[in-house]
Amino acid sequence: MTVYLLCFALFLVGLYGLITRRNLIKIIISKSITEFSIFLILVLIGYIDKGLAPIVDPGTSQQIYVDPLPQAMVLTAIVIGLATTAMLMAIAIRLYRKYKTFDIREIKNLRG
Amino acid sequence: MEGMSTIVKKVTQLMAGLIFMFGIYIILHGHLTPGGGFAGGVLIAGAFILLILAFGSSSLKLKKEVTGSSNTESIGILMVVILALMAMLFGAKVFFFNFLPKGEAGELLSAGVIPLYNIFIGIEVAGAILTIFLALVIFKEESSK
Amino acid sequence: MDALIPLFIVIPLISAFLIMILGKLVKGFHRYFAPFTLLVLIAMTIIVFANLGGSSIQYAVGGWGLEKGIPVGIFMVLDAFSVLMLCIINLLGFIALFYSISYMAKYTAESNYYSLFCLIIAGMNGVVLSGDLFNLCVFLEVSVIASYALVAFGVGKTELEASYKYQILGSLGFMLILLAVGLIYWKTKTLNIADVRQVFEAGYNQPYYIFVQILLIAGFGLKAAVIPFHAWLPDAHSSAPSPISAMLSGVLIKAVGIYVIIRLFFNMFVFSHEIALVLTALGAISMVVGSLLAIVQWDLKRMLAYSSISQIGYVLMAMGMGILLLLKGNNEAAAILAIGGGIYHMINHAVFKGLLFLNAGAIEHRLDTRKLKEMGGLSSAMPITSTTSFMGSMSISGIPPFNGFFSKLIIIIAAINGRFYLLATLAVVVSIITLAYFLKFQRFAFFNKSANKALSKIREVPFPMSFSMIILATLCLALSLLAIPSVSELILRPAIDVLMQSDLYSTTIIGI
Repeated sequence: MTVYLLCFALFLVGLYGLITRRNLIKIIISKSITEFSIFLILVLIGYIDKGLAPIVDPGTSQQIYVDPLPQAMVLTAIVIGLATTAMLMAIAIRLYRKYKTFDIREIKNLRG
Repeated sequence: MEGMSTIVKKVTQLMAGLIFMFGIYIILHGHLTPGGGFAGGVLIAGAFILLILAFGSSSLKLKKEVTGSSNTESIGILMVVILALMAMLFGAKVFFFNFLPKGEAGELLSAGVIPLYNIFIGIEVAGAILTIFLALVIFKEESSK
Repeated sequence: MDALIPLFIVIPLISAFLIMILGKLVKGFHRYFAPFTLLVLIAMTIIVFANLGGSSIQYAVGGWGLEKGIPVGIFMVLDAFSVLMLCIINLLGFIALFYSISYMAKYTAESNYYSLFCLIIAGMNGVVLSGDLFNLCVFLEVSVIASYALVAFGVGKTELEASYKYQILGSLGFMLILLAVGLIYWKTKTLNIADVRQVFEAGYNQPYYIFVQILLIAGFGLKAAVIPFHAWLPDAHSSAPSPISAMLSGVLIKAVGIYVIIRLFFNMFVFSHEIALVLTALGAISMVVGSLLAIVQWDLKRMLAYSSISQIGYVLMAMGMGILLLLKGNNEAAAILAIGGGIYHMINHAVFKGLLFLNAGAIEHRLDTRKLKEMGGLSSAMPITSTTSFMGSMSISGIPPFNGFFSKLIIIIAAINGRFYLLATLAVVVSIITLAYFLKFQRFAFFNKSANKALSKIREVPFPMSFSMIILATLCLALSLLAIPSVSELILRPAIDVLMQSDLYSTTIIGI
């Protein structure tokens, strides 16, 4: 139970950074931290007691393996997270070129 | 951007080939050991990125490089989709079916069409990450001019 | 016809990457290839729609069927509700693409635009056709990431800021959805939607169940812009290029937002009273707040974006009312009316909101402005735009004989039959407010005396743009035929059946 609480604490750390930081790049890094905590929860869900890593060696007898499906889900989700982070970085760099600052209090053209 | 010192250049020249081969090893053994297409593709892109960082982007023609890596990525995805569509002609005639003969478990040439998928996904991921890196380098060149 | 199902995703995917390779080599290749791809998709949709009847087809990808009665593979499901969504997506995609042939001529790097557009269509087709929870998440992200890039396409100050806000909130939505999918997998040990339904019918833990449903409402509410989660929508939909605004507002918030909420809450979760109240309340609040915020806008596309929030509130409220009426058990006719009205309003909103955004794009193409106070007197200078926008405004406000009137009438009748008098009053009041701000749009844009001295130099928009607008305006009139009972029995009733009787969905897949 404590591992799930620690993952939730990581989620809260990332969420705090997402809400209170004012630098564009720090918001992106906090979003990454939040995403990683969700991946950790997903992998921990697939844990089975006394299970081994799910790699089958031919010739060994039947063993208990941990669940490989959440691991496949997390691989795909890591790649999706990489793509969104890369696109956010590109937009942040272009925003710096237009506004000459990374501060979100200056970038407020759209209101109402 | 400028390159780095001579020691970094020499060591990178020696290491980049080994990193490239390690990436190919991870891709080819994707059905036997952990890894597969994604991780191997990132390693291959890492070898190229290391070379560009050590030697500086002034030694490249950036537009040609980024067109090359973008085309590599597109060709990788097109081959994956064509392989999946070809499965609709053999065997059980479903999309994504495993139609090549599956050998014994644990051999390198086994598991049907999965090693081919791994290879093409590796090519595609390497092209994609290299394109992202080169696009950022081009951006920096343009803004510092 | 089974083999056509994966082709809905494969054909736009191939075309997107072919355009990326060949678009730089062959000049003008992308301008012909992308509309050709979408024409092929429309032809496939018509074939599937005509041959489907009322049944549902499932397609086991990779040949992995059932092992001892448990679905172990990825399934793609095509049933009557999915085929309606496929029609909306592909038809509106073709019209927006045809419009953008002449609209995007003033942007650079056009081949990237067409490639990303095909990726959005591929992603949305995947969401609508998938019968598997994680597959749905992956295709959702494919289409949403392509739309992040398209919102920021003309790289100006407002577009970049709007895209940044959209991306941060969109990623937060994806994380909540992923957490919910993980929690569902934990308890049910399966990811197939029909199989999850079978496990939940056997019994569930009540606090866990409500937690998962609230996470899914929050996550998909962020994608569909219901009211507490709407903050990205006015910026993103007003800064995007106009055909992309039409796709986003007309199709994307429905295919990846409302469609998934309807599919999961009707066919996967067992009905529960509290969650139905939450859905109805969120729909009603979106309806009212969206229209109140739209009255005070002087920027044309921002007003249309807030009006989207309001109309999506109608659909969500109708679906919530449908669940509440089904739970009470004694008023099935009113439940059928509510669910049918919701689906019909979803189809109508795609058509008339797409038309209104394309009109706003035509005005922007000629006048280079989006502010209502700077336009005026366009009814003589741009007759096609003026007529079609008049038809679109009358549709969305609910004036007969256009289609908006019939769908709103069905929702209000269902509310009165089910004794939700407050919701019926709110629906009528919001409809009157909608009429108010669309009359404001018509007056300031088309019928006012112009402050613009160069009015005589403004001509009508080129042929691709006006052709798209005329087709959508004709559809506005033609879709009102769907309210005739014999036609709606043929088209809408199978969709309502597959939603209401979830045994139809789950036993067809499991085959028990």
